[in-house]
Amino acid sequence: MTISIHDFFKKKKKRKAQAHTSEKLDIPGNLWVRCYRCGTTIYSKDLETALKVCPKCNYHFRLSASERISFTVDEGTFEEINPHIKSTDFLSFVDSKPYAKRLKDAEMKSGLPEVIVTGEGKINGWSVAVGAMDFSFMGGSMGSAVGEKVTRLFEHALHRKIPAIIFSSSGGARMQEGIMSLMQMAKTSSALGRLRENCIPYICVLTDPTTGGTTASFAMLGDIHIAEPNALIGFAGPRVIEQTIRQKLPAGFQRSEYLEEHGMVDIVSPRKDLKKVLTNILSFFDFKGE
Amino acid sequence: MELDYKSLLPFEKPIAELYKKIEDLQKMARHGKINLEEETKLIQKRIQKTRRELFAELTPLQTVQVARHMGRPTTLDYIGQIFEGFVELRGDRNFSNDPAMICGIGKLDDLSCVVVGHQKGKNTKENIARNFGMAQPEGYRKALRVMRVADRFGKPIISFVDTPGAYPGIGAEERGQAEAIAKNLRAMAELHVPFITIITGEGGSGGALGIGMGNKVMMLEFSIYSVISPEGCASILFRDATKASLAAEAMKITAKDLLKLGVIDEIIKEPIGGAHQDTKLTAQNIKKAILTNLKPLMHMTSRELIADRYNKFRKMGIFENG
Repeated sequence: MTISIHDFFKKKKKRKAQAHTSEKLDIPGNLWVRCYRCGTTIYSKDLETALKVCPKCNYHFRLSASERISFTVDEGTFEEINPHIKSTDFLSFVDSKPYAKRLKDAEMKSGLPEVIVTGEGKINGWSVAVGAMDFSFMGGSMGSAVGEKVTRLFEHALHRKIPAIIFSSSGGARMQEGIMSLMQMAKTSSALGRLRENCIPYICVLTDPTTGGTTASFAMLGDIHIAEPNALIGFAGPRVIEQTIRQKLPAGFQRSEYLEEHGMVDIVSPRKDLKKVLTNILSFFDFKGE
Repeated sequence: MELDYKSLLPFEKPIAELYKKIEDLQKMARHGKINLEEETKLIQKRIQKTRRELFAELTPLQTVQVARHMGRPTTLDYIGQIFEGFVELRGDRNFSNDPAMICGIGKLDDLSCVVVGHQKGKNTKENIARNFGMAQPEGYRKALRVMRVADRFGKPIISFVDTPGAYPGIGAEERGQAEAIAKNLRAMAELHVPFITIITGEGGSGGALGIGMGNKVMMLEFSIYSVISPEGCASILFRDATKASLAAEAMKITAKDLLKLGVIDEIIKEPIGGAHQDTKLTAQNIKKAILTNLKPLMHMTSRELIADRYNKFRKMGIFENG
């Protein structure tokens, strides 16, 4: 069979545009996974050992909250806090589906009650208040429950006098909660003011993708900003910008390396080095907790 | 009487028809020498009545149209009416001066105040110069710089919100639009001085909140405050930008709805037919609301002010737990 060059690229483009969660890539038997970027077929167990980074092209697959925690936090040390805080459809919001139904579907799909899992754990022995966002739950969007869990995580860090770390992955505010989702930006940022005032360190780890209201609040207010390679990080989404300015965007625009170049992140760290980098930072701050 | 059809919105069609009648009468009066004053007065009364009725029950999308009306008074219009001796302060001291954000100092009666606010234009040319009221990171950084002047010298801050949103552009991203807004949110929570926010037109998402964390947040009657524009929400969630009306309805973006949700503290009345019918009266209403709300704040210590603001936003959110 022959295909034209045009079709070849068309197909490739389509492939790239699909969702990036690894679960979706599984080829029957869950034994083999195909890399979205380079198309290489990877043995599942190898991918797992490589912390879900393609051994060939270094593509960093998006992680679920539980994968993130298990890759970062010392085994057996994580204790979840506020696990029962969940979103509710207080506006009776209906778009193509009722919000209440969307929440149920998201819970089924992600196996999580909300976007973010928060708790306390240790990273190479250092106690931290840690939160991991899961993009597979409604695009990691921030509604009242996410805002509340993030705020309570910061309050926990303040109370325990331990550094806070959030792994962000979010499309921004959750429109189905209207203005209340916007108010979560104010709430979480105010809570960070208190951490700052009390000299409690806060580290942002920006992962693919972090945009909108999440970036414009707690994801950009760290003492230290770390980003995973090639993560999309920005305020407005690339499509919105393209439509506004009617220009093509420069190569690498809004990617981690671009942000580093423009002074918005301290370190672009490959996933395999992340725990080491975090350990060095935690050791610098030297907070032992109370 | 000047008949300004252009300023009428689509839903004001019944008013346009009445204007047309007056015009016809005036023509007749010019040709024949009959006196039609009585009739004209009657029609004018009907115009007022129709307007009152129309504006008594605007749909959310109609409210959006009023909030975006080209003739709607801008921040500078209100500053001119409310403050004496206004001095504009420009520039973020880092990169540039953003004309989409107005900052300055002035006197509210005897009280020295710091003022910040988005600035839209009144025509295409002005709007291009003001970037349609969409601020760049420099705008937010300028606002923060000037708010910190207030903070240091113990002066109250009044912010006027009227923006479709923070500007989504290449430069804005490169220079940290998200960081600039985020930093303002954190900093506003820590201000030691009384802080009042008035949403006068469009309260567009993070771009609005970026200067909008007052101890008291008020909205003009026909302004809107929303996490995303109804068109944006429609195209993402409803996959159809023409469903803006549904999106506007669903998101609860009007002053009435937001007061019910506890996101704002007060609604400031507008003249019948909207703020653009009478800038002076609207400004008077705003001034009254500022003075009334400032009074108790002026008696609070800086610690109480910070706690008051913190608790206000800490409480926001509706969720389940259990």
